[in-house]
Amino acid sequence: MQIIVSVLITFFKAFVVGGGICVIAQLLINLTKMTTARILVSFLLAGALLQAVGLYEKLVDFAGAGATVPISGFGYLLAEGAIRGAKIDLYHAITGGISAGAAGIASAIVFGYLFAVLFNAKTKKN
Amino acid sequence: MKQKPNEKYLQFVSATTPTTKERRTLLHAFFIGGTICSVGQFLRYMLSYWAGLSGDTLAGTVSVILIFLGSLLTGLGVYDRIGKFSGGGSIVPITGFANSVVSPAMEFKSEGYVYGVAAKMFVIAGPIIVYGVLSSVVIGLIYYVAYLF
Repeated sequence: MQIIVSVLITFFKAFVVGGGICVIAQLLINLTKMTTARILVSFLLAGALLQAVGLYEKLVDFAGAGATVPISGFGYLLAEGAIRGAKIDLYHAITGGISAGAAGIASAIVFGYLFAVLFNAKTKKN
Repeated sequence: MKQKPNEKYLQFVSATTPTTKERRTLLHAFFIGGTICSVGQFLRYMLSYWAGLSGDTLAGTVSVILIFLGSLLTGLGVYDRIGKFSGGGSIVPITGFANSVVSPAMEFKSEGYVYGVAAKMFVIAGPIIVYGVLSSVVIGLIYYVAYLF
């Protein structure tokens, strides 16, 4: 019983925090008419900067996938990898970030290419 | 000579610009974004329970699966339909990153596999990778210098 409750609470936190981050993005879209690329880059940088001052990992501990699935979580991952690398040496300080993000970048390129080749763009019906 | 902005024209513009029903778009973004993150949380539970993954491997595998799903749904034309409904809720999660890769690549396939698919894949993903790598290297260097002292 306790396990079920703790699982439900974890899902609730992931839902609320993840949804909340998306609401911030939607607010920016509504108020400033920011484009997709700008939104994504801003959130990525926000995640990286928050991790640089040690804050984003607290959100990750609290909300799990609610903090790691949004693109700000990707920024967090890159920053965290760089900080971890910086503890080893200069080489790893530079490569640590992109090493940590390798899974995301590799899979986006592989699956992106695969499905772009397999499928054709749908004619836009409005 | 500087002309005054034509006020009638400005009124016309603000009257015809589609007003997004703001409260409703926020609600949609919240629910779709929250749902995608819950799917991520579900994958975390499943992978740690059934495959015994943890730490970086777990987080990385969840990202890979979500990117796979985002790319597939974009290819099938489903993701853009979700996107029209939810706006920020489908842009910000990592599945939206996958969508931003597949969507232009698919659209410009007619321009070939080099200048079409491969180049257009990075229309939106390119800036993300550029600023992601730049910021991570800067943060890494700052921390490296800080650890020296």
